[in-house]
Amino acid sequence: MIRDITIGQYYPADSVIHRLDPRVKIVCTLLFLISLFVQNSLLGYAIATVFLFWVIHASKVPLKFILRGLKAIVIILMFTVVMNLFLTTGGKELVHIGFLHIYEKGLRTSVFMAVRLIYLIMGSSLMTFTTTPNALTDGIEKLLHPLNKLHVPVHEVAMMMSIALRFIPILLEETDKIMKAQIARGADLESGNIIQRTKAMVPILVPLFVSAFRRANDLAMAMEARCYNGGEGRTKMKPLVYRKRDRAAYGITILYMVVIVLVGRFVPFQIWIF
Amino acid sequence: MAIRLEKINYIYSPGTAYEKHALKDIDLEIPDGQFLGIIGHTGSGKSTLIQHLNGLIKATSGKLYYNGENIYDEGFNLTALRSQVGLVFQYPEYQLFEADVFTDVCFGPKNLGLSKEECEIRAKEALELVGFPEKYYHQSPFELSGGQKRRAAIAGVLAMRPKVLVLDEPTAGLDPKGRDEILEQIRHLHEQTDMAVVLVSHSMEDIAKYVERIIVMNRGEKMLDGTPKEVFSHYRELEQVGLAAPQVTYIMHDLKECGLPVRTDATTIEEAAEEIMRSFHD
Repeated sequence: MIRDITIGQYYPADSVIHRLDPRVKIVCTLLFLISLFVQNSLLGYAIATVFLFWVIHASKVPLKFILRGLKAIVIILMFTVVMNLFLTTGGKELVHIGFLHIYEKGLRTSVFMAVRLIYLIMGSSLMTFTTTPNALTDGIEKLLHPLNKLHVPVHEVAMMMSIALRFIPILLEETDKIMKAQIARGADLESGNIIQRTKAMVPILVPLFVSAFRRANDLAMAMEARCYNGGEGRTKMKPLVYRKRDRAAYGITILYMVVIVLVGRFVPFQIWIF
Repeated sequence: MAIRLEKINYIYSPGTAYEKHALKDIDLEIPDGQFLGIIGHTGSGKSTLIQHLNGLIKATSGKLYYNGENIYDEGFNLTALRSQVGLVFQYPEYQLFEADVFTDVCFGPKNLGLSKEECEIRAKEALELVGFPEKYYHQSPFELSGGQKRRAAIAGVLAMRPKVLVLDEPTAGLDPKGRDEILEQIRHLHEQTDMAVVLVSHSMEDIAKYVERIIVMNRGEKMLDGTPKEVFSHYRELEQVGLAAPQVTYIMHDLKECGLPVRTDATTIEEAAEEIMRSFHD
């Protein structure tokens, strides 16, 4: 039952995108997200679409997995679209029903906003689909390394992140097990009003907390037993090194950014069909 | 006939990269009162199989009958089934949550809607059945030793007075003394009540000593099904799938090869000793 919940999930496959250095993926994803907001023309969105789908194709992650991630933002998406549609004024009035007006500009903004949000989620979930959580934290640690000079404990933060990520599937599995054990003892988790349901969570939460603390304690011991004492002087088994393909990926993304910025500057709005 | 499975198939996460065909066309009958052992390697589908027995997971395809009723039928009372087929999970002590053992054991009967007095009678009876010392009844379950915790957890299931008791690796993580005690207690339970017991384990010795019938699971399929003697006579096949017969089986085979006229179907140390003595007297 709870196995169906998927958070920051990784889709194992053998593709160029999977093999890229995590730093490349983080930076390029950020650039892509920025690219969605620096221009506002049909041509620009067309280029972004081609770029996004080309990368998705190269990643070998099935499109339906990426689209599944959109479910989470359906409500926000609809809210944004509706708000923009009715509240933005400007241009020709297209529809007029009672007190509701839809203007040309409102329609355009809401469609663009929807596309931006959808691409934003698709772009960032593509990153988590193709990068293991550990590689991701490694990448973040390395990227934020300069902050060490400002006495930001970058290594510790990255370690906390990777432990937290590592524990998500473990705790989900544990919850699943405990839920099943209590259901086997006749616990009823699905019916009743909100108070009864909240009460029904006690037999699950107590063992879950106990087990989370036990595991945390075990992990701390295991880390200390192997002489873990923070990031100072710590080396990596697989240090991140940029390869040819990583440079190529940077090159392509920068080229894409340049095109997008140029389009944003020199192609006026007018290409919009209305 | 208590439980009957027909062509049960189960697939984890269908349609994703993690798809796994965990059970393949399982046919199985568990008659009333039988002491059944299920063995198999990690990932062979044992745990998945037993979670079907009380309807915790629903088969992808196939039918499961409890006393002739298909449990997947619309309107079948699953809560009633769960009180009849008691399932004790691996490391069951992690399900304890109440402030004291006695209240925790009452949780099952309470969920069945029984009166407070009835719950307490059943809890007391269940704790006595597993040999849980009375002086610890009102202690926090988190302060007990591993073996006692496990007893308390098993009692929590027994308090529902199931007709079938399913135990998933009840001895995992216990020391040899705790292991023998728990297994003896389970045998005692089976003899005292008319309960059917399904024991999942990967220790051949444990299984051989206690059960009437063994089912061997391999890669989601039922590989062997028979009495311990029948199953362990296939010890070469068992080895091929990463299992083994009890050690005495090997000793008996070696003895026979060395020329001692013994029968090789002994599955427990006691039987083997008797057989060796007999061969000397003849």
